[in-house]
Amino acid sequence: MLTTPLNDEHVSLAATFTDFGGWNMPVRYGSDLDEHHAVRNSAGLFDISHMGELRIVGEEATKFLDKVLVSDISKLSIGQAKYTMICSQDGGIIDDLIVYKMAAEDYLVVANASNRHAVLVAMQDMADYGFKIDIFDETEDWALVAIQGPKAKDILGKLVDVDLNTLKYYSIAKANLDGVPVLLARTGYTGEDGFEVFIPVLECVSIWRKLLAAGGSDLLPCGLAARDTLRLEAGMPLYGHELARSLTPFEANLGRVVAFDKGDFNSRTELLKVSSQPLEVKLFGIKGEGKRAARADYEIFLPGGDSSIGKVTSGVLSPTLGYPVAMAYLKADLDLGIGTKLEADVRGTRVPYEIVKLPFYKAER
Amino acid sequence: MANPENLQYTKEHEWVLIDGDVATVGITQYAADALGEIVYVDLPKPGSSTSYMKICGEIESTKSVGELYAPMDGEVIEANAALGAAPEAINQDPYGAGWLIKIKYTQLPELLTAAQYAQLTGE
Repeated sequence: MLTTPLNDEHVSLAATFTDFGGWNMPVRYGSDLDEHHAVRNSAGLFDISHMGELRIVGEEATKFLDKVLVSDISKLSIGQAKYTMICSQDGGIIDDLIVYKMAAEDYLVVANASNRHAVLVAMQDMADYGFKIDIFDETEDWALVAIQGPKAKDILGKLVDVDLNTLKYYSIAKANLDGVPVLLARTGYTGEDGFEVFIPVLECVSIWRKLLAAGGSDLLPCGLAARDTLRLEAGMPLYGHELARSLTPFEANLGRVVAFDKGDFNSRTELLKVSSQPLEVKLFGIKGEGKRAARADYEIFLPGGDSSIGKVTSGVLSPTLGYPVAMAYLKADLDLGIGTKLEADVRGTRVPYEIVKLPFYKAER
Repeated sequence: MANPENLQYTKEHEWVLIDGDVATVGITQYAADALGEIVYVDLPKPGSSTSYMKICGEIESTKSVGELYAPMDGEVIEANAALGAAPEAINQDPYGAGWLIKIKYTQLPELLTAAQYAQLTGE
């Protein structure tokens, strides 16, 4: 199993570990609920070095990414980030990505750990058409940590040589963090303000420790359990749950990332077809009564109904809200909307649920 | 972590404290740690009967659901009502405030000693 360059730090912090996308990752250090609340109310520090970093450089880098990704990359300015997807020719989602424009023809693409190789293969297939670019897998060159929460800016601000107020949401900048050159991105996966910091591997242990020291009691190291409950409350999809090869961006309510007007791209023909036809299933946010959470793969019914109208993809008793929340793919032809009453089969018991607006939780900005 | 010597254990990671014809039952620290932060428990009601190694309740954490297996035949005489509002007691004090149910047992199966249980969990 792969380990991140911060693995020894997690061991010394007595983390519990799990295999995530082939990586041995911390699930929690102490209580995952404490870690969750720390991010909502103060700040949390995550090691997300398992994420893949792919570098696309060369005189046709923009043209190449416009061909292989669904969004309009030519519209990005230097220092801007974009949430996007890479789809196969049949429109299926290979991965969801963040693309950072570092320089005119220089992009950093962050992929999910488990999809890094699939993304590389899809990119290489496209590159073979003769684009003047190079693709570098820099995953093992970077440690990536996320500092997230309302106090993240103040804690990180103590250690960097840039004014973080000037770094806008979904942008990236070079900075020195305690003398080490890093990349600072104002992005995250928690629904809170925060930053993702790309650190050269050799320096990451000292920076991890300095961040924890600078945060003191305001900053908790957080594991993947809290990361999952935080992103779910924020209505953010997780590949393998809400996103898959068998789905297009449209079922996932993410059709907005597809830019048909940018000209031809890899998955355009099929996605255009999907976008003009009625969908079979669509992703909904649902909330439940009581404390029993419908979890991934639990079936959803109309009240009293005998036949399933869909399945939960992620579900949990929301630590912030106190009631169960879930995302579910439900039949799209049923006239479902905000407030529609449903039932979830929670291990043999029907639990009342209803459709609500996503996200479940939105931070005050 | 130390499994108290005065308790007996099951292979389903429960502990049992025998006092006369009543057994107090909980889950072990090992099980509580493996589940993660416990957010909800569904325990059998007093008066319901239990059968050896039949599922009689559920313990949910943020990440997973654990089943509670009855460690013996008998009748539930009390369920820990305090866990409804404070299920985290199972994580914080699994052998004390985090107890789950009391069973008036009719038959005691063979249970594990602390040392045997430690072997099972590889400690």
